[in-house]
Amino acid sequence: MSSRRAPRALHPVAWWLWAAGLATATMATTNPLLLLLIMAVLALVVANRRTDAPWARAFRYYFLLAVAVVAIRVVLRSVFASPVAAGDHILVHLPALPTPSWYAGVQIGGPISLEATLSAVYDGLRLACLLCCLGAANALANPKRALRTLPGALYELGVAVVVAISVAPQLVESLQRVRLARRLRADPASRWHGLRSLVIPVVEDAFERSLKLAAAMDSRGYGRSGHVSAASRRLTGALMVTGVLALCVGAYGLLDASAPRALGLPVLAAGAVLSVVALTVGSTRVRTTSYRPDPWRVPEWLVAGCGLLPGLLLTAGVGGAALNPPVSPLQWPGLPLGAAAAIAVAALAAVAAPPPPLSRRRRPSPARSAPAPALVAEAAT
Amino acid sequence: MIRFERATVTYAGQCEPALRSVELRIPEGELCLVVGPTGVGKSTLLGAVNGLVPHFTGGTLAGRVVVAGRDTATHPPRELADVVGVVGQDPAAGFTTDTVEEELAYGMEQLAVPPAVMRKRVEETLDLLGLADLRDCPLHELSGGQQQRVAIGSVLTANPRVLVLDEPTSALDPAAAEDVLAAITRLVHDLGITVMMAEHRLERVVQYADSVVEVRADGTVRYGSPSELLPGSAVAPPVVELGRASGWAPLPLSVRDARRMAPSLRAAVAATPTVPAHRPATVEAVTVLSARRVLVRYGDLVAVNDVDLDLRAGQVTALMGRNGSGKSSLLWALQGSGPRQGGTVQVHGVDVGSLSRAQGRTTVGLVPQTPTDLLYLDTVRAELAQADRECDAAGAGAGPSADRLLDRLVAGIDRDRHPRDLSEGQRLALVLAVQLRAAPTVVLLDEPTRGLDYRAKQALGAVIDVLAGDGHAVVISTHDVEFAAAASDRVVVLADGDIVADGGTAEVLTASPAFAPQVAKIMAPLPYLTVGQVLAQVAP
Repeated sequence: MSSRRAPRALHPVAWWLWAAGLATATMATTNPLLLLLIMAVLALVVANRRTDAPWARAFRYYFLLAVAVVAIRVVLRSVFASPVAAGDHILVHLPALPTPSWYAGVQIGGPISLEATLSAVYDGLRLACLLCCLGAANALANPKRALRTLPGALYELGVAVVVAISVAPQLVESLQRVRLARRLRADPASRWHGLRSLVIPVVEDAFERSLKLAAAMDSRGYGRSGHVSAASRRLTGALMVTGVLALCVGAYGLLDASAPRALGLPVLAAGAVLSVVALTVGSTRVRTTSYRPDPWRVPEWLVAGCGLLPGLLLTAGVGGAALNPPVSPLQWPGLPLGAAAAIAVAALAAVAAPPPPLSRRRRPSPARSAPAPALVAEAAT
Repeated sequence: MIRFERATVTYAGQCEPALRSVELRIPEGELCLVVGPTGVGKSTLLGAVNGLVPHFTGGTLAGRVVVAGRDTATHPPRELADVVGVVGQDPAAGFTTDTVEEELAYGMEQLAVPPAVMRKRVEETLDLLGLADLRDCPLHELSGGQQQRVAIGSVLTANPRVLVLDEPTSALDPAAAEDVLAAITRLVHDLGITVMMAEHRLERVVQYADSVVEVRADGTVRYGSPSELLPGSAVAPPVVELGRASGWAPLPLSVRDARRMAPSLRAAVAATPTVPAHRPATVEAVTVLSARRVLVRYGDLVAVNDVDLDLRAGQVTALMGRNGSGKSSLLWALQGSGPRQGGTVQVHGVDVGSLSRAQGRTTVGLVPQTPTDLLYLDTVRAELAQADRECDAAGAGAGPSADRLLDRLVAGIDRDRHPRDLSEGQRLALVLAVQLRAAPTVVLLDEPTRGLDYRAKQALGAVIDVLAGDGHAVVISTHDVEFAAAASDRVVVLADGDIVADGGTAEVLTASPAFAPQVAKIMAPLPYLTVGQVLAQVAP
């Protein structure tokens, strides 16, 4: 009985791997049925395994954004009409705007075919599905805890991001406060004064806050270097820079067909190795521990695995031609059963993951949920 | 535990040092109170203890500061994090995480404390400071007192031997301040932690202190027991002032001590039946502002609940109540700029909600809790000139210029300085001058006493007397009972959005132990509020 298991938070990296697997699957297909199936799986798991924390409400916003993406894609495709082939089904004729001859590549308005619209819908759906994967990962895993799993060498980067995330709401609050206060003085004479009267207090406030925060973090031991020689610090830096450069060159070599082959995979691999070494050497420098670290147990393996499985299978081509159904000639897209089954496996995460813990404040109090002793006694007689 | 050896701190660009050859030896387990007027280097002294001065702030330190055997010259603040814990005035500004439990663990994570030990210490600290029920709470949802206790807890988990607190209770209501102070005294007595604490409102803390460091205007310090130092100190709580004036020895530091010495004083005062007024009466019978059934809500949260309030010309009203009881919301609603979901607020028969911004200013002027929100120019002169222009444009050009008003409030502020460089009290005066330029009928001040020392509060009291004398109706929201006692004619107490008490200052303040000023507690059952009142009676 899954609902009887003790609630605990799943390791955030497990959720990110799961979502990344589904995102990979999304990249491999334009079949709307498969895409809709992926979205359904995402929604199902989010509905079952999200917490009641504020970030857990993120999925809905990502979903709305996804719907908007599909709509924008279709509208743009209709306005900048694509050339119509002979057998296309024309839905509607928009008035065409004449474009100058040097701008001939782009056509505004004109006939809109069903085929072009469908292809826009498929493309849009794929983007929408990717957004939903991101949204699901954000809703299921606490983003701040996910950052804490960064390797030690990137610890400071993680802290910077976390601080930036927490400062944003403060900035909004400070902006609201200053705007309200501005109403107490009459309208400034010019627009320039108006902007100044809003921006300067907010920026000054932000500066003061960050100085205070920096002082507080410093006095609480942030950035204690331990005992590291300058030479070791320089070594880490050099390794890291070389590694990242090699990664860039390698990626370029791999993507550009005209580049020599030796510039591709070998350089990429060397870059990866150098970066890993740099991170490992750098991690010994930072000495922090983490409070209540999330464990990695069987459910984490299961969740990550059932997300990665459809990613691997679809990328490997399971489903064949049905993964990318043609829009012309018009036909109902087929449902490749193997691919659909692989995606359905990802839904198992809803059962494999333990139920999330409720935050204490919203937990029903024992006094209210347990029946009163008198009532129990009454029922027994 | 803490040793200052001929320590002199000079900030860059200043010719006079902020601290001058300070010699201090503070032994282990002592609660040491740092006193002195605003801007004399109290914060510099406290910052020097963990090396923030000069490592973080800049400036030069001559001499030595040694804490638990570590010299701050060679140890930056982060290397002292395991022996010195620092808590600032605004706890929320120092939070790095978002829930109580994570915040308590943050310092230990930096010190690489093993996870098992961390867990144990977090639990202990939650119990020690009474935070166990709040462990999952987001920090920004906590009240001010709870936030301050979390801030103290978050440095305690690192097991420091010294705790440095810079005005830990200045933003708190009396009950929350008691909570925090009780927690601090428990740490001193149960754990033997050495505490150095700066505080303006000495009446709250002086009875708990083992020693006092007085920082003087020239940067030198005096160190001694409270009863040695306070008789000659420039800043003293009412109980000490009364003791000094009555020639009591040893000088009483707590209400209890003073009350035991006061029977003869009470008898002498009781002989004359009429109690002198605690402030000159200027109240006229004209009601200028009349609010009926004012309702302010944010979503489901009702901040102000059907409040009726009348304000009269020349009357000074103190608005009191815990943090979050709806004081600010009520003031903003009375001004007309803030949200108001129901009821009417009329000044001379016109609802303030229907006025334009410029008209609103000439009707009700408000100085918000963070007065700097209103300032955006580079110099005091430019701000004053801008205020004049705004009022001329709005047709409210009559009356004295903002420059004259500022001189009347606080004389001698350098007009070429940047407003941010002024002291708290001077900045408040500047914003007040800007707002008074429009000659509003009603003046509202939201927590003006925050961060002011005794002298600045006296100056503010004088300013308020001038305003009341000119026929303004004045409302001050404040946590400071001593200030309310000295400066107001009427006290309105808000709780949970309702007015729970409304009446003359003497009547309301003496009725409840939480709000009674020290003199009232000493003189009870006689209705005296201020030292001045008692002295006027004894030596006419």
